[in-house]
Amino acid sequence: MAQLTYRDAIRAGLEEALRSNPEVFIMGEDVGAYGGSYAVTKGFMEEYGEERIIDTPIAESGFVGTGIGAAIAGMSPIVEIMTINFSLLAMDQIVHIAAKARYMSGGQISVPIVIRTVSGGGNMLAATHSQSLEGWYARVPGLKVVTPSNAADALGLLRSAVADPNPVMFVEHSLLYGSRSEVPDEHYTIPFGSARVARSGADVSIIAYLRRVPISLQAAELLEDDGIDAEVIDLRTLLPLDTQTFIDSVHKTNRAVVVEETWEFGGFAGEVIAQINEKAFDSLDGPALRVGGANVPTPYSRPLELLTIPTPEMVADKVRSLF
Amino acid sequence: MSTSIDSTLPRSELLTMLRTMKLIRRFEERSAEHYGRGNIGGFLHLYIGEEAVAVGVISPLRDDDKIVTHYRDHGHALARGMDTAACMAELFGKSTGVSGGKGGSMHFFDVEKGFMGGHAIVGGQLPLAVGLAFANRYRGEDSLVVCFLGDGAVNEGEFHESMNLASLWNLPVLFLLENNGFGMGTRVERASAQPVIHRLADRHNVRSHREENGQDVFAVREAALDAIEYIRDGNGPYFLEVMTYRFRGHSMADPIEYRQQHEVEPWLELDPIKLLSDRLLANDLTTADEINAIDEDVENEVNEAIQFALESPFPKPDELYSDIYA
Repeated sequence: MAQLTYRDAIRAGLEEALRSNPEVFIMGEDVGAYGGSYAVTKGFMEEYGEERIIDTPIAESGFVGTGIGAAIAGMSPIVEIMTINFSLLAMDQIVHIAAKARYMSGGQISVPIVIRTVSGGGNMLAATHSQSLEGWYARVPGLKVVTPSNAADALGLLRSAVADPNPVMFVEHSLLYGSRSEVPDEHYTIPFGSARVARSGADVSIIAYLRRVPISLQAAELLEDDGIDAEVIDLRTLLPLDTQTFIDSVHKTNRAVVVEETWEFGGFAGEVIAQINEKAFDSLDGPALRVGGANVPTPYSRPLELLTIPTPEMVADKVRSLF
Repeated sequence: MSTSIDSTLPRSELLTMLRTMKLIRRFEERSAEHYGRGNIGGFLHLYIGEEAVAVGVISPLRDDDKIVTHYRDHGHALARGMDTAACMAELFGKSTGVSGGKGGSMHFFDVEKGFMGGHAIVGGQLPLAVGLAFANRYRGEDSLVVCFLGDGAVNEGEFHESMNLASLWNLPVLFLLENNGFGMGTRVERASAQPVIHRLADRHNVRSHREENGQDVFAVREAALDAIEYIRDGNGPYFLEVMTYRFRGHSMADPIEYRQQHEVEPWLELDPIKLLSDRLLANDLTTADEINAIDEDVENEVNEAIQFALESPFPKPDELYSDIYA
């Protein structure tokens, strides 16, 4: 076991892919000479060459579409979109081509691309640079959406993403890069659609993904003082979604709170709650609740920004309301 | 318009070009008929009037070249030699269609033929073509990608992003602009600040040419051959604008109220099929009997395609959930 940062775990997964397959290349804005805006690909251009670590112009639709085309030609591109906010400029390519080419061609085409991007707020970057849009992509049949909350999951899920013959949105959180966790030394992968019980508990199921997982774990600690034993479920992938793990958990705890960073209205948490209502309604002692972000464009000013993102206290308060 | 003939082509190939253009024409005329009968739904965008472009550009391609195109894709598919019956079956929504009935008129695919799709979001196919060409260059292959686009696509951001990338990375893409004068019902002059569209290529340091005689299959072919040679020599992308005209409306739903008959009529005189057959006759390269035989042969092929489409099964309900993921 080694302690790795989230960043280094992703680096390790990328290097493994680059070494094992000469048709893997990395493409994106400032991934090469600059080293990646979150330093994930620092030094790669020197190590693997400009032919494989490719700096692009600021043209998200153009270079994401280029990656999709190369994937359709059978290559294994890993395309980085600097942040998920900028992915909106490439949404036509992602949603209309990557997600649909296989279906519309009657199964003739596959699109083995990994699109890495960065989600989340909390950096005082205001409304255009603080969004968490992964839930939007999770509504698109044909895509897969991966949301690792820690280093070990990031590496295991990245290995699965690279091996997957489908378009994968691999969504990282900007405030997780420095976080450390134990990463097994032996080779392992984490299959998509396998949620993880991050903390076992008896009284309530807190269901989260990305950075809201460590936040929910902190909430669980706060709840210990109230005598509430919380279970925390990390979804790990939004599409495919492992419903069984959280349904089993709700059957055990009889209470559910779903946590996510994005706007609460119309969010992915609503889907999780619908699944709970459909599959575990009789087990519930109260309504399945959610804690999401404030339904506002994210403000710059720090005190205001802090009000928009679910905190451990907000999660704990919501859980307490069920008791 | 010239009456001479490209003498480098054998007679058999000239007749094949004529036959392919006639096949496209009849395929679409009969498609329109079956649209009216309710056998074909959705949008049906006809290529009638533009046949010389597809045949002029696609006939000189190699088998390992790839084609990416827009939603007005029947002509390109048939010119590439895709199975006529499977194309018709796709329009009928049948499981035997080129895309298993899941794509329809706007989304023909045949990977075996290097036909990487009709794409229906205007401009969306351009980055895809760049990516296919990127793979060619990465692998050291000398095949190329032809990317068809319409005049409406050049005002999309994806056009400029794709031209820049292809030029920046010296990629083997032939951007083939079919300028039929209208983006749906809006004239080029009302949509493009630079109506001489090929000049936009200068902005991206892409070699370009405008072929004014887009109804003349030989002129199109010559222009395409120049572009292909330039690309195969490793010079990077090429932008070829071909002036043509859409004889029908944008789609079957189009009442064509935005243009006058006096504008249309001179173009109808420039019917690419009539121009070609007249020239073949004038140069004693064919006879009226031979042309009649071609017409009959094409009619039979289209009839058989319709019969095949009618008799083919619809996709089974369980196919709804297949082909979403590999």
